[in-house]
This record gives sequence, C-alpha cells and structure tokens, in this order.
Amino acid sequence: MANDSVGRTFLVAFLVCFVCSLLVSGTAAGLRAKKERDALSIHYRNVLRVTGLLTPGTDPADFWRERVEARLVELDTAQYSEDFDPNTFDPQRAAGDSALARAIPSQADLAGLRSRPRLLPVYLIREGDEVRQLVLPVYGKGLWSTLHGYLALEADLVTVAGFGFYDHAETPGLGGEIDNPRWLAQWPGKQAFDEQGQVRIEVLRGQVDAADPQARFQVDGLSGATMTARGVGNLLRYWLGADGFGPYLERLRREGFHG
Amino acid sequence: MADLRKTLFGPVFDNNPIALQILGICSALAVTTRLQTALVMSLAVIFVVACAGASVSLIRREIPESIRLIVQMTIIASLVIVVDQVIQAFLPEVSRQLSVFVGLIITNCIVLGRAEAFAMKNSVGQSFLDGIGNGLGYSLVLLLVATLRELFGSGSLFGVQVLSLAQAGGWYVSNGLMLLPPSAFFIIGLLIWALRGWKTEQVEERG
Repeated sequence: MANDSVGRTFLVAFLVCFVCSLLVSGTAAGLRAKKERDALSIHYRNVLRVTGLLTPGTDPADFWRERVEARLVELDTAQYSEDFDPNTFDPQRAAGDSALARAIPSQADLAGLRSRPRLLPVYLIREGDEVRQLVLPVYGKGLWSTLHGYLALEADLVTVAGFGFYDHAETPGLGGEIDNPRWLAQWPGKQAFDEQGQVRIEVLRGQVDAADPQARFQVDGLSGATMTARGVGNLLRYWLGADGFGPYLERLRREGFHG
Repeated sequence: MADLRKTLFGPVFDNNPIALQILGICSALAVTTRLQTALVMSLAVIFVVACAGASVSLIRREIPESIRLIVQMTIIASLVIVVDQVIQAFLPEVSRQLSVFVGLIITNCIVLGRAEAFAMKNSVGQSFLDGIGNGLGYSLVLLLVATLRELFGSGSLFGVQVLSLAQAGGWYVSNGLMLLPPSAFFIIGLLIWALRGWKTEQVEERG
C-alpha cells in the first residue's frame, strides 16, 4: 500500500505534528493573558481572605489598588529592599535560586524548609493613612506536603487578625481540616507574642482550656491531624521567630510603619 | 435515521463504555466527589472523544498502518491539552480540583478505543456522533455516581446544601465513605447490576 512507504509515513507524521502543534500553541498563546490576570486575582484573594476585610462583591483588584502596599523585606537585615518588584517577585522561585536563597541552620529549621529566600513580600493593608494590618507569607511542612498560607497581624504586631492556607495537599477530612472555617475562626484575636516579644502562639493537642491564662496564645488541635497541626505551629514559630520575620517585626515595633 | 440514533444513543445504555466495557474507571473514581467537577470532566470527555473521532476519521485513509496509534494519540493529546488550557483559563477553581485528571483523558481507554475501533472505519459524521454517544454514556455514569456521592457524602448538590449537616447543626450525619474512592467502585458495581437486571442481554455468559 502506498500509505505505508517510508516517505509517506514521515510526511503524515510531520503534517499531523505540525497541525497539532499549531493548535496547542495557538490555544496556549491565546489564553495566556487571561490566565495571568486570573493568577493575579487569585493571589489578591488569597492574601485578602485572611484579613477578613474583603467584603463580598468587592473586586479584589480594586481593593488591592486602593488599600494594599506590597513591600519586599530582606529578612536578615529587617530592611525593605527595592531590588525587585514585590508584586512580581516569586518567593518559590527565589527559594531555589542560589543567589537569592540562604540555607536555614538545622537547629533553627522548625518548618522543615532547609533553605529560604533572602527576600519575602509583605503586605501592608491601609485604612486611610494608617496601617491596619500586616500580612506575612508563611509556609512549612505538614504531614505530606508543604502548607502555604498567610498570617495577618493587627497593627500592634502581636494580635492575629487572621490566618489561613491557600495551598496544601494534606489528607481531606484529617489534615485537610486546617481549611475548616470553624477551626480558622479561632485564630483572630490570639496573641502571637508575649510581653517580652517571645513567640508564644501554639497549636495544642486537644482543646484549649479557656480558663488557662495561656489560652490567649493557644489554638485547639485537630483530631486525627496531630502531625499537620504540629507543622502549623512550627511554621508559625519559625516565620515569626529570629530566623524569619522576627527582626523585621521588632524593627516595626520600634520604629513604627513609616520606616 | 435509525442508524444515526443507534450510533448516538447505543453507547448510552446498550453499550455503555463504563458499565459494559468497563473502561475509564480510573477517572470515574477520582472526579466524582462533586457534581461540578464531574460535569466539567464529562463535557471535556465528550468534546475530546467526538473531536478525536472526527479528526481521525477525516484522515483515516491517509494514516500509514505502522504509525496509526501514534497519530491517533497525537491528535487526542493535542485536543486534551487544548481542553485543559481552556478549563484552566475559564474555570481555574474547577481546574485545581480536577488537577491531573483532565490530562489523563489522554490515556482514557474510551478515547483511543473509539478512535481505533470506530473512527478508522467510519465516516466523519458518524465518528463524531459515535464520540458524542460514548461521551454521553461515560457522562451518564459519572453524573449518577457524583450525584450519589455528593448528596450522601457532603449533603449537597452542585455545592448547594440539600441535607443540613450535623457538623453545622443540622440532622444529617454525612457518610465519609462516600468521599473516598472505594465508594465509587461500590456505586458503579450497583449501577452495572441494575443495568444488567434491566437489559439482561448484557449479562456475560458463565464460563
């Protein structure tokens, strides 16, 4: 059969591949702008969700333009960095870039990360001229996966305004309960630090005893999710501690937000 | 006319790809915890099977015998990538839940099965209809399974709470098994049983 000659086989293979590649690359190129816009909108929503300030019906992009100031913080010096655009800086890529990452000493590595970017974005949520909340990116190992979330602090930089994860792959129904709104609702109002500036926030095993004076630092554990809950506590202690945002938060407490 | 009907609706009940041919089970387990994901997955599969059938049929006389499966797979894979891109762009939330399973339509036996067994021998129009029919057969099972799993597992349909959950102060204690993959096996098994009880000619002969 003429169809089966070598030349014919190559020709058909080439033509099929050519048409298919046109189809695929055409679709990808045509949809790229929309996907990038969506990715940005999802990012805004993830950050703003923990603040509890985004009212339903508000476009996150509008809220972002009006009230959010993104800055890059160089964690070790506690200073802002102007080297990159905080809105396009990708911390996950930076964590894999030897020029932008730094190893975490193993005794300090509570979150199980091994290394972290030197720079991380923070988000100042404004109300008029005042800074109302500060949103910090936090992440660390749970049981199976890396938990990615945001922690919002009130302007006193001690009280938690909100907390939540936007990406993880823990077991649904067990570790996945870190997304349960009722569990997350316990976080606002908790104190992350004590009067001496020590990180105190912790996830218990079991229930918080409301009569305990320590209760203001404590959040209920999740039954069936001991490891995930421990990961949550550890990653918060790491990112609020001396190797994470600790020095930056200390500087803000000393100098105020206008630094 | 009767022929067209048979091509289109035959695969829904008489020759259902999941219930009779037992193909495409893997994705049927994975995407059926919610109706919304099952519906999007169904539409994606219908589109891919129909278009793959039509495209393969269109060039069926040109395809060299030696590379015919590769050509079919190339066409199928391209269509699946296009569908995946469209879902990512327009339904980003659903796309996250479907994760790899849209991509895995490429390896769904129904698609290649129809391309190889039907589209290589039939006209473009018939192949397209056959694709839609098989896609519908797949969708019917997927949506039935998803309805049962979402209703009894989460007490909702399409995300709308139908049964008020005990966790939220209602009366219905949800069945956690329904959210786990094995429940899809049980439901599909029961569906096959019911279908073969109705259409007894589908019962396999004892060996």
